[in-house]
Amino acid sequence: MTTYREAVRQAIREAMLADDRVFLMGEDVGRYGGCYAVSKGLLDEFGPERIRDTPLSELAFVGAGIGAAIGGMRPIVEIMTVNFSLLAIDQIVNTAATLLHMSGGQLNVPLVIRMATGAGRQVAAQHSHSLEGWYAHVPGLKVLAPATIDDARGMLPTALADPDPVIIFEHAALYNMEGELPADAGAVPIDRAAVRQTGSDVTLIAFGGTLGRALEAAGQLGEIGISAEVLDLRTLRPIDTDTILESVRRTHRAVIVDEAWRTGSFSAELSARIMEGAFYDLDAAVARVCGAEVPTPYPHHLEQAALPQAAAIVDAARATVGR
Amino acid sequence: MTPAASEVENAAAAARVQPDEATAGEAEHARRLLTEMLRIRRLEERCADLYKQEKIRGFLHLYIGEEAVAVGVMQALEPEDAIVATYREHGHALVRGVSARTIMAEMYGKQEGCSGGRGGSMHLFDTATRFFGGNAIVAGGLPLAIGLALADRLQHRARVTACFFGDGAVAEGAFHETLNLAALWHLPVLFCCENNLYAMGTAIERAQAETDLALKAAAYRMPSWGIDGMDVEAVESAARRAAAAVRAGEGPHFLELRTYRFRAHSMFDPELYRDKREVDAWKQRDPISTYTVRLRERGVLDDARLATIEESVGREVDDAVAFAEAGTWESVETLTRYVYSEPAPDSGDAT
Repeated sequence: MTTYREAVRQAIREAMLADDRVFLMGEDVGRYGGCYAVSKGLLDEFGPERIRDTPLSELAFVGAGIGAAIGGMRPIVEIMTVNFSLLAIDQIVNTAATLLHMSGGQLNVPLVIRMATGAGRQVAAQHSHSLEGWYAHVPGLKVLAPATIDDARGMLPTALADPDPVIIFEHAALYNMEGELPADAGAVPIDRAAVRQTGSDVTLIAFGGTLGRALEAAGQLGEIGISAEVLDLRTLRPIDTDTILESVRRTHRAVIVDEAWRTGSFSAELSARIMEGAFYDLDAAVARVCGAEVPTPYPHHLEQAALPQAAAIVDAARATVGR
Repeated sequence: MTPAASEVENAAAAARVQPDEATAGEAEHARRLLTEMLRIRRLEERCADLYKQEKIRGFLHLYIGEEAVAVGVMQALEPEDAIVATYREHGHALVRGVSARTIMAEMYGKQEGCSGGRGGSMHLFDTATRFFGGNAIVAGGLPLAIGLALADRLQHRARVTACFFGDGAVAEGAFHETLNLAALWHLPVLFCCENNLYAMGTAIERAQAETDLALKAAAYRMPSWGIDGMDVEAVESAARRAAAAVRAGEGPHFLELRTYRFRAHSMFDPELYRDKREVDAWKQRDPISTYTVRLRERGVLDDARLATIEESVGREVDDAVAFAEAGTWESVETLTRYVYSEPAPDSGDAT
């Protein structure tokens, strides 16, 4: 069995063995072993030049990653959590996403940024948010949300081979998830959604940390005779609209599950795309199960109440089906 | 005359010629410094006219008054070095070797511009001369510069990255994070702080508790100097010394280049925040007119030579404008290009 954490570590290690230009940089990635222990052991193997501990300077080390990328390296920059990435969002949005365009195609930025996202660990309102949608808003970036062991292992090499900046969101609640990883597991595509469970009555659309909840809900729906298809978005930018529409045209119903707040959200974008592309195929209004509109509270029961749970997904799906 | 005596005579003649040749070389170099400053000045004066004619739009930040800084620092850089600049970067690009033609075409927004017309005045880029912008986020270029320097370090290249920024950038967190990282990691960066005393309209003493900016760099254990940025030779000499140290692996160095912007911050600026007498006083120290006087006093410049320089600079500017005028607009059909890399014809790796 392999954990999600080990899968990411394997991917980093293999990339570093395969290409001298790859290095890892971030807060406590070296001696500490990574705040989620993803990079544990890599310092011993690769040394401090390539497993590079940084001071708490997100803006500078993310910008340095961009500069190193245009200087011929293939940096992997780790940011502890999406909340801390806001200290670096200037460099991500104003520089990484714009250099290719501002330079008239001269400067591409082959940078990978990894960061933890999401709630569920009682770490309260400054370590738990899901801001993937903010980055998915920005042309010039690619945004990935690996929800499975295979994707945790396989998205990184594809992202590193990409000529443009890629952000990988690793849901912190997934790091301990275990699964079988084939011995020959390797790079996977980063431009397609995946149907994780087929069904015919309703499409549950999830990504990252909500995939497990959606699969759990699909199981419960099955017990009451509702056949739910579960779509794992995998990539938030570019959005694989074709796969979404293909599924919804078959099931005629969609429930979008997203930990992020509902207002002005990525789930709203998905809903709009379904409306634009499959309006006449729909038998019910698109439903959304989102995080409650509150900064993530500390107490367990309040935090869980703020997150999309299987029961809420089941209720939303039943409402679309009408039973 | 014995052969031996003749040899002595020849040797003496050679000795006499050598200092003369050195002087000629120095004179040539001095005139080149003046020419480079004039290229910036005349190009930008034309830009101001073209802005009034609405040929150039958006923001236009003129470097007039600060030319000695870019010209002096560029003398210390080699072709393999990298330059990161600000939104007031026409002069840096020009002196670095980006053609006046493609700079002007970029300001027009024509596709023949050095950034394909997509960037405009604030976003001049040219990878051929390793000119990495053109950054309109104050202090935005500093992290980028240390990244370029880190790439050089990791790839064992003895190069310098010169990073230009203004006194306004010193108030940004990016400045402090970057200087700390550069010093901590001993990165080959030459920080060039162009202190023109105003962050847009905010005078430095209204923005900085400590107005000695070189001192701030010193706090990061970085060798730093305050330099008269109105004196092109002082700038060149300091830059050469600092760049040589950076190239030799002595870590980042910092120059505070004290200068002054003669024109408004941008073309929209009514200049309510500074006294005209202050501007006039600084204009007495105009890096071009003072250097012209100095070269005349040294006997290396006369009216005829100056006229020749002005004429050639004028021709270059005229030619640049003609090139920009003749340039073409990109079709709107390609509007969404340059958001993601286009696949290379035969390889998967665009770089």
